[in-house]
Amino acid sequence: MIDWSGYIGLILQGALVTLQLTVLGSALAVVMAFTAGLARVSRFFAVRALATTYIEFFRGTSIFVQLFWVYFVLPFAGITLTPLQAGVLALGLNVGAYGAEVVRGAVKAIGREQREACIALNLTRYQSMRHIILPQALPLMLPTFCNNAIELLKGTAVVSLISLTDMTFQAQVVRAQTGNTLIPFTVILVLYFLMSWVISRSMRWLERRMTRGLDGVRA
Amino acid sequence: MPDPIIRIDNIIKRYGPLTVLDGLSMQVMPGEKLALIGPSGSGKTTILRILMTLETISGGHIEVDGAQLYHMPGNGGLVAADERYLQRMRAKIGMVFQHFNLFPHKCVLDNVTLAPMLTKGMARPVAEKRAMELLDMVGMADKAKSMPAQLSGGQKQRVAIARALALSPKIMLFDEVTSALDPELVEEVLNVMRKLASETDMTMLLVTHEMGFAHDFADRILFFDRGRIVEEGKPDDIFRHPKQERTQVFLRKIIAAGHRV
Ligand SMILES: Nc1ncnc2c1ncn2[C@@H]1O[C@H](COP(=O)(O)OP(=O)(O)OP(=O)(O)O)[C@@H](O)[C@H]1O
Ligand SMILES: [Mg+2]
Repeated sequence: MIDWSGYIGLILQGALVTLQLTVLGSALAVVMAFTAGLARVSRFFAVRALATTYIEFFRGTSIFVQLFWVYFVLPFAGITLTPLQAGVLALGLNVGAYGAEVVRGAVKAIGREQREACIALNLTRYQSMRHIILPQALPLMLPTFCNNAIELLKGTAVVSLISLTDMTFQAQVVRAQTGNTLIPFTVILVLYFLMSWVISRSMRWLERRMTRGLDGVRA
Repeated sequence: MPDPIIRIDNIIKRYGPLTVLDGLSMQVMPGEKLALIGPSGSGKTTILRILMTLETISGGHIEVDGAQLYHMPGNGGLVAADERYLQRMRAKIGMVFQHFNLFPHKCVLDNVTLAPMLTKGMARPVAEKRAMELLDMVGMADKAKSMPAQLSGGQKQRVAIARALALSPKIMLFDEVTSALDPELVEEVLNVMRKLASETDMTMLLVTHEMGFAHDFADRILFFDRGRIVEEGKPDDIFRHPKQERTQVFLRKIIAAGHRV
């Protein structure tokens, strides 16, 4: 008989790493999404070009390659990262590139009429963005942000390739040591599902909070 | 005789090959109430939008309250106005839109207080006190805490008027402010405008298809056609004795379509 408690403990430790990656990666992704997304609608060409380059580059190459670059190639440029830092950076930059297009789309979706009202009320561009456009654009972004966060969660498994001991990595360790595939992979299946369930529930809660009073109707 | 508060001089506005305003010139005296009428596509909305700096111009000059609107002093002459200069000029002008353009995520009171607090640094209590006075004037004080989605079109438009007034502009622009409303809601908005016209000395420019209202409201009527002012004059003269053929045709069509004059 195998004593499973120690093995399960190992997987739970891995779950903690996965959770850390997801939370920190998402935080970086949100920052990048807003920075690049708002830069995409800037009136300065250079700012727009920079943002477009970032977005196209990170969407156009795989997360796998990006992770290897961050972890194995950056040290040649004198930047050495821990596996966790490398994982967070690669995941955050990658998902942030997708998020940037979501931010841009949502900002564009707040129509001309709202912008013109802002001009007629003599608000500056910054004030319009901060008080009128973004508060209305945010609820539009949330459903897609939710998808992105879940994608990021699932993407975290790729970090086992740079020997970060996340949930998937630990499941493989357990499988190698016990010869049993069913139990460790069922456990992480359930854990992944629980985590994404928590993400989607909390996003839905946020969305409800933000749209309170709007009644789905736009003036 | 005081100086005109608005001097529009030979304005050209093109959209690609289409010339929408074709050397338009006009002047408005301080406190004057002006109604702009004319067929669809004649450029009435365009000139209001140009005054609100929502468009660019292809040629000409506009002076508002003694200063150039699209140009500022520089390089020993005039150069294109920058954002900061425009900001200063916009403070003199307010606009009410056909579709209200209220901020749907803010309650009625916040819609009115937002701009004075942000652009004039007004403290919240001061801004709210003033907002309540204005909401009271347009008959919307009891809805101060409502969200725009809970209001009828006429109520939204009255809030939009209060919101524009909160910045105390010298000039107010109204672009067909009743044409998106159900017929039974038109009168409540027109009543507010009548009150405004009689109680303030604000300069008001109004684009409308409500000929009866234009007649009662305006000191002067401008008849637009194809990007030019074809005829102007006192309401009685324009409506009873139009001189230009095009004005006559336009008014006949309007009457045939059942509009009151
Ligand atoms: N953004 C734009 N691009 C191209 N053409 C435009 C644009 N805005 C307005 N136009 C054109 O300019 C002309 C004048 O439009 P404007 O809205 O000023 O007319 P109007 O007198 O207000 O008409 P209406 O009574 O129908 O409101 C029209 O032919 C219109 O199609
Ligand atoms: Mg119009």
